Amino acid sequence: MSRTTSSNDAGRETVIKVRDLVVGFGDKIIMNGLNLDVFRGEVLGFVGGSGMGKSVLMRTILGLVPKRAGKIEVFGRDLDTLTEAEEHAVHRRFGVMFQQGALFSGLTVKQNVQAPMREYLDISQRLMDELALLKIELVGLRPDAADKFPSELSGGMIKRAALARALALDPDLVFLDEPTSGLDPIGAADFDELIQTLQHTLGLTVFMVTHDLDSLYAICDRIAALADRKVIAAGPMETMLASEHPWLRAYFHGKRGRMISPPQASAG
Amino acid sequence: MSAEPQFSSERAGDAVRLALRGAWTIDAGRAVERAADGLVEAARGARLAVFDFSGVDRLDTAGAWLIDRARVSIEATGAQNRIDRAESQYKTLLQEAGWRAFESHPDRRTDTVMDFLVDVGHNVVYAGRDIAKGVSFLGESVVALTRAILRPHDFRATSIFYHLENFALRSVPIILLINFLVGGIVAQQGIFQLRYFGAETFAVDLIGILILRELGVLLTSIMIAGRTGSAITAEVGSMKMREEIDALKVMGVSPMQALVAPRLIALIVALPLLTFLANMAAIGGGLLVSWVYGGLSPEAFMSRLQTAIGFNTFMVGMIKAPFMALVIGIIAAMEGMAVHGSAESLGRQVTASVVKSIFMVIVIDGLFAMFFAAIDY
Repeated sequence: MSRTTSSNDAGRETVIKVRDLVVGFGDKIIMNGLNLDVFRGEVLGFVGGSGMGKSVLMRTILGLVPKRAGKIEVFGRDLDTLTEAEEHAVHRRFGVMFQQGALFSGLTVKQNVQAPMREYLDISQRLMDELALLKIELVGLRPDAADKFPSELSGGMIKRAALARALALDPDLVFLDEPTSGLDPIGAADFDELIQTLQHTLGLTVFMVTHDLDSLYAICDRIAALADRKVIAAGPMETMLASEHPWLRAYFHGKRGRMISPPQASAG
Repeated sequence: MSAEPQFSSERAGDAVRLALRGAWTIDAGRAVERAADGLVEAARGARLAVFDFSGVDRLDTAGAWLIDRARVSIEATGAQNRIDRAESQYKTLLQEAGWRAFESHPDRRTDTVMDFLVDVGHNVVYAGRDIAKGVSFLGESVVALTRAILRPHDFRATSIFYHLENFALRSVPIILLINFLVGGIVAQQGIFQLRYFGAETFAVDLIGILILRELGVLLTSIMIAGRTGSAITAEVGSMKMREEIDALKVMGVSPMQALVAPRLIALIVALPLLTFLANMAAIGGGLLVSWVYGGLSPEAFMSRLQTAIGFNTFMVGMIKAPFMALVIGIIAAMEGMAVHGSAESLGRQVTASVVKSIFMVIVIDGLFAMFFAAIDY
């Protein structure tokens, strides 16, 4: 059964609600009857094997990949029924950080952060500069990075700059595609902490596609696991560890899973 | 839906109470900026400013920043200040997104004349370096080519044939087409202009000499610089970008030998062949137009052509072809090797490769024209 909501989730506001989603490319079905809920104010970690379509789900919710069937509701609005203006308004509340950063290569970091502001807002150049620098500092970049071009940044700095851009408009919902991939363990831990701090401060809802077991343990309130074209389990870490599904057992009780799992969790 | 950011101020002696109301978020745009500036104005002259957050519906980083900026400005006038009745999440926001001084980075000097001179200087230096780099690359290529000839078992025959197919065979249709058309155009113009002097038949001389000496090889070289030169730069460049060149080096394979030499050889073989085809297509085009438009029969055209041109006319064009190929290949490979890191650098180098090789093709054509005139060939 693909039951994704447990009873104690009732009463919480659903930010993303996916029902019976079918997505495919050509003959290949990537998702079939997928259900998922993301609640306000939580960090949801979305796990799944390589090539299983974790990023595809994120891209489908963002409207970058067409779906074949099913329903996606974001902020309680069915994405299929929105007019162009309403869709614009919904996207205005998204912040997206792509896996490779997707910073505009012709713009400096500061201009990258200002790009969504220019698109959506009517504010003075002074405030725009100040806000961009504030966001850059919030994500832990040094101010002198603001005038650098993406090609002059290291991998970790690109991730941070991309996060700063995702936060430019104070979004309610942030999508992160493998935020810690390619970072060294210290950088990854810093980044986890950063996401958590920002999430608490700004009251964000975070949808995070990840492979990183450390991130899952450290900052995710709930985890959803994708296998067999469905969300096979969703819930806090204990639910994952208790699951009998072979893929989940392999994932969380494998060699690497055991190494990090804290003792009280592995007892559960 | 949310209320505009507003505030009301109440003075009590030296103290002012600023009661904030509405949504202090970035969506309000300039309204939130004006409201924040108003805060400073309202607190002017007061000794104590109290920010009352009880009426705030929403607050985001931009609102927090602006309120805190106003607070700091008020503080700078010597007034005390206090934050009152703020919910805990607002307090966190005010702390995290609070005002801080950013060291300003002044824009770089914008003196147009000076910048222009600096640009010119840079370009001269770069052009000089380009020539030096080109010559050194030519040297390396010669070494690689010699080695390929001296050690035939290292000779990458498969690779050469693969590139020959790409560079030569696949270029044939477009080369034939453009040269056929240009031959026809030259013939039409020649006949049309020479008709005034009753010298239409000399159009055949014009076609034969112009095409065989100059146009055939020039058009083919320019076409190949655009079509094949750009492809070589893109191929080599993307290999450089993805560290494939480094992988080759680590394996002990010289990229000059594995990548550049086969392409150069294929290009040097391909361009004369294509030039020959181009010449034939252009003369064919000329013949057809002379016949249809000028009323000159093919037999008459052929016999006229035979007297107009000699073997040396044909050779002048053909001799140039391998040199054009060498220049195109060297520039293309060199620009490919100059790619680093990002995809936009690849795009830049491909453009540079095409522009430079077309420019050099024309320069070399000019040099050959002077050379052949000097030796009276």
